[in-house]
Amino acid sequence: MSEDSIISLQNVNKWFGDFQVLKDVNLEVKKKERIVVCGPSGSGKSTMIRCINRLEEHQEGKIVVDGIELTGNLKNIDSVRKEVGMVFQQFNLFPHLSVKENITLAPIWVKKMPKVEAEELAMKQLEIVKIPEQANKFPGQLSGGQQQRVAIARSLAMNPNIMLFDEPTSALDPEMIKEVLDVMVDLAEGGMTMIVVTHEMGFAKTVADRMVFMDEGKIVEEASPDKFFNNPESDRTKLFLSQILHQ
Amino acid sequence: MENNSNIESRKPPVATTGFIGWCRQHLFSNWINSFITILVVYFLYQLIPWFLDWSVFSADFWTNYRGELIVDRTFCSRVADPEGDHGACWAIIIVRFYQFMYGFYPSEQVWRVNLTYFLLVVALLPLLIEKIPGRKHLIKFTIAFPVVAFILLYGGFGFQIIPTNKWGGLLVTLVLGVFGIAIAFPLGILLALGRRSELPIISMFCTLFIEFIRGVPLITLLFFGMVMLPLFLPEGLNLDGLVRVLVAVTLFQAAYMAEVIRGGLQAIPRGQYEAAQSVGLSYWQMNRKIILPQAIRISIPSIVNTSIGLFKDTTLVIIIGLLDLLGIGRGALADATWMGLSNEVYVFVALVFFIFTFSMSRYSLYLEKKLKTGINMGAD
Repeated sequence: MSEDSIISLQNVNKWFGDFQVLKDVNLEVKKKERIVVCGPSGSGKSTMIRCINRLEEHQEGKIVVDGIELTGNLKNIDSVRKEVGMVFQQFNLFPHLSVKENITLAPIWVKKMPKVEAEELAMKQLEIVKIPEQANKFPGQLSGGQQQRVAIARSLAMNPNIMLFDEPTSALDPEMIKEVLDVMVDLAEGGMTMIVVTHEMGFAKTVADRMVFMDEGKIVEEASPDKFFNNPESDRTKLFLSQILHQ
Repeated sequence: MENNSNIESRKPPVATTGFIGWCRQHLFSNWINSFITILVVYFLYQLIPWFLDWSVFSADFWTNYRGELIVDRTFCSRVADPEGDHGACWAIIIVRFYQFMYGFYPSEQVWRVNLTYFLLVVALLPLLIEKIPGRKHLIKFTIAFPVVAFILLYGGFGFQIIPTNKWGGLLVTLVLGVFGIAIAFPLGILLALGRRSELPIISMFCTLFIEFIRGVPLITLLFFGMVMLPLFLPEGLNLDGLVRVLVAVTLFQAAYMAEVIRGGLQAIPRGQYEAAQSVGLSYWQMNRKIILPQAIRISIPSIVNTSIGLFKDTTLVIIIGLLDLLGIGRGALADATWMGLSNEVYVFVALVFFIFTFSMSRYSLYLEKKLKTGINMGAD
């Protein structure tokens, strides 16, 4: 593990039953680095980032996040989850709470923040994702793009050092993808450490410091966007790129 | 499209809206429906006036058709004048009203029961009315209510102790129903969570408990509470009869409640758990703030359904000698002075039960409606 890594995966292996989803995955992420992970479906990219905040448990290898090793130790898991924010493909907003309550819930209950302060924080986050006027609505009343932006605000309210995005735009109608990506670009420019699983190659080209290509549970290729898109090494990467770029 | 933009919206055709339109659509849409409508209307036309006449217009209340005060069955108009056209004789209910309400609770202490009833209403207020002022403090009272009610009804702390074998009628029905439901609800939640626990010992214990209790008829549990529970208790500790029954009723209800809530829990998408975990909520915070509110919301109809079921099943305590509302009614019928008035007694008991169960059912509808606001449970 190199000195300045904030996330480090070393020889991580994981199985679902007999099926091996992660095979000897090694990944080092530096502070403020933006990683875009892509690959065909079933390649283990979601599983990999879900291991980073322990939504999935890895069976072999070592995962260290901001100096904390992820083991069965519940205290460690709690500390890591406070460091890491996550945005899901299906938004996963809490439908019985208003937008504002969705955002203030964790600061109030996990960080024991006073309610007034948490609400101010929520409004600030909503301004960052550009929908302060939706604060008192319920998730069901928002469009998909707005819901996903609320989900981002909800994660940011915990002031994480790292943000994980698990296909954040895959469930969105095409005209809403941009509004979400814009927020993510802002976030990247603000210096957030990000790991993004996405097939939005335009986003990857503008934002990513490094591209990671996965297939069948393995990291096949790791390269700068420039090299990745223009001069990929592996044939598998070439095939994948040709399929998603020229469909 | 220029053509379309000029079309102004107009009112719908008269025949499809309003009262006439509604009748056409819902009552007379084809000849089968028309036939059924007419049949039902005829049936109601026969039934309602007859019942109103029997229960109100031709009925005796305090006095009979000769104007005499009714003190036993022979004074009832329909007994005294069998040839005449007389209705119900409600005097049996009126004369025995105290028993129907309180059983054999000493009358100089009965204010304690009335006060408990009143406090029950106060305790229910914050649950019924969301925007009531001071709801937070009222909720605290609601939580403390069982203890307050117990002290008021049973005694201690300066109150004269009224042993539960003096309790009866609606008091016993309500004690079993309200306490049974109120204690079983949190217990059921814990059992439901326990059954889904990742710790095998907890989940096994909860599953065994639920399956055992559900697999046994309530009557068996009541006998169990009556006869066998004392054997398990340390010597010298003699649990009150009503408490033993209450334990049986509560465990029974908790098992059913657990399964109903588990059904709700299963409907919550995995993403809700993951989102809650990823923002750092603990297991209990996640369940309390995210999972249970949604799961319980989904299960409201079934929760109320089993609660109504339990409320009515409390009448089974009659077989182990407790006199609930129905028990008092049967006692009145067994009394030679009032024999033969079973119609009145059963109609009255049915009416009281109906008032309570129907209110519960209305409350559940109100809750469902209230909680639906702005909620879209789907992904989008």
